[in-house]
Amino acid sequence: MSGVPHNPDGQPLTVEQALININQTADHGFRYYAAWWLGKMRIRRPEAIEALLVALDDETDRSPDGGYPLRRNAARALGKIGQGNNNVVSALINCLRFDDYYVRETAAQSLESLGDATAIDALVALLDGGVDAAVEVPGKPHLVHPYNAILEALGTLGQGKKELEKELAAIVAPFLGHAVPQVQNAAARAMYQITGKAHYAERLVQVLDHDQLQLRRAALIDLGAIGYLAGADAIANTLAENSMKLIALKGVLERQLTVQASQQSAPGEQDSLQNSEQDLGPLSDDSRRVMALMDGLL
Amino acid sequence: MVPVKTFETCLQAVNDADSAQGLLDAVEDLAELNDQRAIPTLIQVLGFNNPGAAVAAVEGLVQIGIPAVTPILEQLDGYNYGARAWAIRALAGIGDPRGQTLLLDAAANDFSLSVRRAAARGLGTIRWQDMPESKRDAAMVQSQTVLLQVTQDDEWVVRYAAVVGLEALGLTQAETDKILQSLSHLKHHDDTAAVRARAQWALEKLAPH
Repeated sequence: MSGVPHNPDGQPLTVEQALININQTADHGFRYYAAWWLGKMRIRRPEAIEALLVALDDETDRSPDGGYPLRRNAARALGKIGQGNNNVVSALINCLRFDDYYVRETAAQSLESLGDATAIDALVALLDGGVDAAVEVPGKPHLVHPYNAILEALGTLGQGKKELEKELAAIVAPFLGHAVPQVQNAAARAMYQITGKAHYAERLVQVLDHDQLQLRRAALIDLGAIGYLAGADAIANTLAENSMKLIALKGVLERQLTVQASQQSAPGEQDSLQNSEQDLGPLSDDSRRVMALMDGLL
Repeated sequence: MVPVKTFETCLQAVNDADSAQGLLDAVEDLAELNDQRAIPTLIQVLGFNNPGAAVAAVEGLVQIGIPAVTPILEQLDGYNYGARAWAIRALAGIGDPRGQTLLLDAAANDFSLSVRRAAARGLGTIRWQDMPESKRDAAMVQSQTVLLQVTQDDEWVVRYAAVVGLEALGLTQAETDKILQSLSHLKHHDDTAAVRARAQWALEKLAPH
């Protein structure tokens, strides 16, 4: 079983100790680990956020390839605990222009999970030059920017924003034709979220039949992330691990529950799914159908 | 003409497979025959460290059912960790009462969440009718006790499976107070919406208004 994470020295970490570790610079390992731990354990205290923002500017913890491991962990943790904090959002937006590819990638993912639309312009700016500029970096295992994370963030942040639909769709659509399959998928996922058009999600459903397990798994993750109900049966029948299919169907189910909750609740109460004290309301037939599929995969 | 797939040709194909995909295809064909002579080979495949083939082998063993249980249990001590995990999943799927002790331990203590998940579901779907009536109630209580504990697992999917197990158990028992109480708690307080929803559905089935 997972259980409480431990310090690198084997002792269980407490919040107090984690805050000490993140605020010291003598031992990079302890600080790096504390940054991860504060996010993992969802320590939403102002002093934790403050310390992680400082870690986001760290110059001392460097990897042999010139990367910034501590910044990566801090950016990831802030995506888990920085909801509603403007300082966090603007610090992560700044990270999008940073040299380290992996810091940019993590920042884009964290901005997506914080759900703050003010990040949209900075994300769009990284797509300057379009598909032609989205090429491999010589000698590196990645493209010039973390396109998957950027496109996925734009999809999530642009979802339901009718006034941005046209502009965002025009920027994202060309990436449906990118040479890298994962980038195509990220674009399809984003286009579905931005436009609500099923044919984009159906592209991902088709990938569930691909020869390569890795691409089938990625499509499962994408379909779960967008909660595409019409894909539920295809997800359950994909040749992949049941654990992956269950996670995807959980995404589909929880999307249904959110839709269900927003139809039942008054405006302003639509985040009821996040509130574990609140009832879900009557289950829809679609929700039951998805759960029946999940039951069959246990 | 497509050659007819017999037990002999399928067995040969498993032995001759020289790639992960080839093994998977061959095991699927062998499993589909639903032939008891395939049991030793299917059990062997559980230890090959080929997840795709292992899934197919588990499905084949579950389909064969009761006749596979004795050979699985007899060889259990010789399994490596991976094979043991797959064997537990096969036993959970078959539901033979002789597998219950193993499932009780696996649901509560196994390291792998997919094994805890399968065991939790399996604890609710044991073929109670295959058990002497004098032992049935006590065995059900054992399943229930462990499943109530498993609703506290760290992993959402294991808690989800515990709900499914408790639902199945509740549908076969007269005394369901503890199950209803636990499900009602999960419905309101679990921090994963999917688990809350599944608990709510289970309550609808167990205590319809």
